[in-house]
Amino acid sequence: MDGLNIPLNHVLLVSSLLFVIGLLGLMIRRNIIFILMSLEVMLNAAALAFVGAGAYWGQPDGQVVFMLILTVAAAEVAVGLGLVLQIQRRFKTLDMDHANRMGG
Amino acid sequence: MLEITLFYTAATVALIATVMAMTRANAIHALIYLIVSLLAIAVIFFLIGAPFAAALEIVIYAGAIMVLFVFVIMMLNLGDKGDRQERQWLQPKVWAGPAVLATVLFIELLYVISTAEGPVSTTSVSAKEVGLSLFGPYVLAVEIASMLLLAGLVGSFHLGRRYLERDSFDVENSSARREAE
Repeated sequence: MDGLNIPLNHVLLVSSLLFVIGLLGLMIRRNIIFILMSLEVMLNAAALAFVGAGAYWGQPDGQVVFMLILTVAAAEVAVGLGLVLQIQRRFKTLDMDHANRMGG
Repeated sequence: MLEITLFYTAATVALIATVMAMTRANAIHALIYLIVSLLAIAVIFFLIGAPFAAALEIVIYAGAIMVLFVFVIMMLNLGDKGDRQERQWLQPKVWAGPAVLATVLFIELLYVISTAEGPVSTTSVSAKEVGLSLFGPYVLAVEIASMLLLAGLVGSFHLGRRYLERDSFDVENSSARREAE
């Protein structure tokens, strides 16, 4: 894949657009499943920025951080979806506004 | 030139698919759009010289994490009721304020990244280099990541086990109640 001329600017632009879309989804959604999906989108946007910057310098560090982000996303989703099942069982809804009290 | 076109096509697909995923009422439809978005981002990774990251994006993100989502949505069995509820929540008055705030944030981000110049590297970083770096200077990060995954495993096991136990407990309770009646 030699001879590419993709500007770093544009990679970062795509990444920041994805991040903002994820943030928007996080703010407008009340369903916890969609909140988790928005978090995935935001993590993915950050990963794209890291890989783009790593490619800019021609160093593997960007991809190393990408793999760390991948582990964080996997652990977060595993615990988050466990919580989704618990919330659905307890409150009979996925609306986060019904799950705003700790304990119990 | 072809790669440039591919990059912009993949970026457009990723952005459109993500917007669609964030605005769907049906969780499974949103999930499929999200998978399309992840695949498009994998294409971008491949084009900017990170083939290993592209493979991981497909195998782990689109393959493993999204399957987890699918299983949980299947277990929840939301149906039409959930769709109607979601449509009711997605009114313009709900998303107008956050959209303005997010746009302001995006303009700030644009200002920050406008200082970055130059094309991304023309050489791709191979999986070997990534592996050498991962188990060389970043070995402590790998250890911490393994601890994190262990914590995630224990946490999800704990949450899921209580789910199963309470389920069987409820079943026993209801059958006992039925016998009493």
